[in-house]
Amino acid sequence: MGVFKLGKMTFGSLFKKPETVLYPVQTKEQPAGLKGHIELDAKACILCGMCDRSCATGCITVDKQARTWSIDRFQCVQCGYCITVCPKKCLSMDPNYAPASTVHASDVVEVPEQDKPVKAEKVQATEKPAEKPKAAEREPEPAKAAETAVEKTRDDVLEAKIALLDEEKAAKVRAALAAR
Amino acid sequence: MGKKSIIPFGPQHPVLPEPIHLDLVVEDEVVLEATPQIGFIHRGLERLVQTKDYNQFIYVAERICGICAFGHSMGYAETIERLMGVEVPKRAEYLRVIWHELSRVHSHILWLGLAADAFGHEALFMHCWRLRERVLDLFEKTTGGRVIFSVVKVGGVQRDIDKSMLSEFLHVLDGIKDEYEQICKAFLDEPSVRNRTYGVGVIPHEEALSLSMVGPFARASAVNYDVRMLGNGAYGDLSDFRPILSDNCDCYARMEVRAAEVPQSIEIIRELASKIPDGDIAVPVKGSPAIGSEACNVLEQPRGECYYFAKGNGTKYLDRMRMRTPTSQNLAGMAVALKGCDVADVNMIVLTIDPCISCTER
Ligand code: SF4
Ligand code: SF4
Repeated sequence: MGVFKLGKMTFGSLFKKPETVLYPVQTKEQPAGLKGHIELDAKACILCGMCDRSCATGCITVDKQARTWSIDRFQCVQCGYCITVCPKKCLSMDPNYAPASTVHASDVVEVPEQDKPVKAEKVQATEKPAEKPKAAEREPEPAKAAETAVEKTRDDVLEAKIALLDEEKAAKVRAALAAR
Repeated sequence: MGKKSIIPFGPQHPVLPEPIHLDLVVEDEVVLEATPQIGFIHRGLERLVQTKDYNQFIYVAERICGICAFGHSMGYAETIERLMGVEVPKRAEYLRVIWHELSRVHSHILWLGLAADAFGHEALFMHCWRLRERVLDLFEKTTGGRVIFSVVKVGGVQRDIDKSMLSEFLHVLDGIKDEYEQICKAFLDEPSVRNRTYGVGVIPHEEALSLSMVGPFARASAVNYDVRMLGNGAYGDLSDFRPILSDNCDCYARMEVRAAEVPQSIEIIRELASKIPDGDIAVPVKGSPAIGSEACNVLEQPRGECYYFAKGNGTKYLDRMRMRTPTSQNLAGMAVALKGCDVADVNMIVLTIDPCISCTER
């Protein structure tokens, strides 16, 4: 009979300490490298927007005008890709999970002015062209900055993109753009 | 002679962790034919490759399935590395294989627990999941995640495992191995388990070959094929690798083969941990896959061979990403195994084939 085959193991479990803990009175020890939540070191951030552009779920929003960096914790999947692309290495993974919340809102971090604004300005300027293709791929959305110069180069990029498509698709995209 | 009737089985059924529907044509208590039907959890993940760049897609790829998560990110990364001609450092290859074998251990233990539960051995189920928890703890300590790890990247891996952690791996796995062997012995020698699985759901060797079955289910029908023996990556450095085979072709053989694969994986981890070279864990990858470039790759997932195909178009977005998952190969075999069985045996057969529907539908 196989009834007592596991007897030793089951009998042994009677004298061992339980495998589970009495949550929430006790909590399990969290390893140092746990993927808890994304933390920003606001002092080092230059608002370049690399994290915003590279996040696969689109949960980070960088607003240069308002000097804010915000993250929607409900959308973040803790993949850590933003950490690897940040040029200033100011993002990090905190081993504690983000607390539960009853409202769906983004965490907004105010980014203070940098000590060397000149340098920050420069990085922003070089980053601009990289931003345009994204606007082109995305669903039609209202352009954030309505500067005519920027708008014009954006149109050029769009044109270049459309030229790569086949005729039927290109016609559709043009129609959609005209409607906007 | 009874009248033919059709019994719907699934998509919601206690033995099915994932939704698959079977139309069972039965006469009296005997299944004459079974038609599997899928399509309940299709998410269109392959199409996403056109809107996520090749680096971002790795995080999509590992969400294809919660059990083979590591395997999918590894298989995808290897495909992209082939596409772009990237040489991955040796240490990264070793780390990938160690994690991948660890995920095979957790997948097989999870399956054994589910099988035990389906047989009514609830205590065994608890023991299995207790062991699996230790494997997940190892994952948590080294990758930061328990199910989704996000630790592979194109060009290598994101995190290293140091010497002390590797020896902890071996220590924990030794503990698991002892207990696992006791559990397997208790389960596989149990007369009620033998009575219900011996000679049930037979997939003959020829059928398994002609239906291109893969993985432990094919190996239980004596098909000598395991992607690991091709020696891709760190598998090539193993001193000896022999697939575990059985020629009984029935449900019991499938359980036996899977049960024996856990100690084998632990041995692989032990060997690689002792041989792991020092060095970088990743190389920087710049640029995009060339226009018209194509690459394919195979990987032994816990359920068998998974095939990956990628096509570049000169941008950082891929043109096409295609996966052929082990379960899509094995479903045909499942229909064969179900033909002629008793209605009461259907759940045993489905369970020993262990279809992973999330992978299949993507
Ligand atoms: S990538 Fe880094 S520096 Fe740039 S906006 Fe994001 S957090 Fe700030
Ligand atoms: S961890 Fe991943 S999902 Fe979360 S903000 Fe960073 S890139 Fe986006």
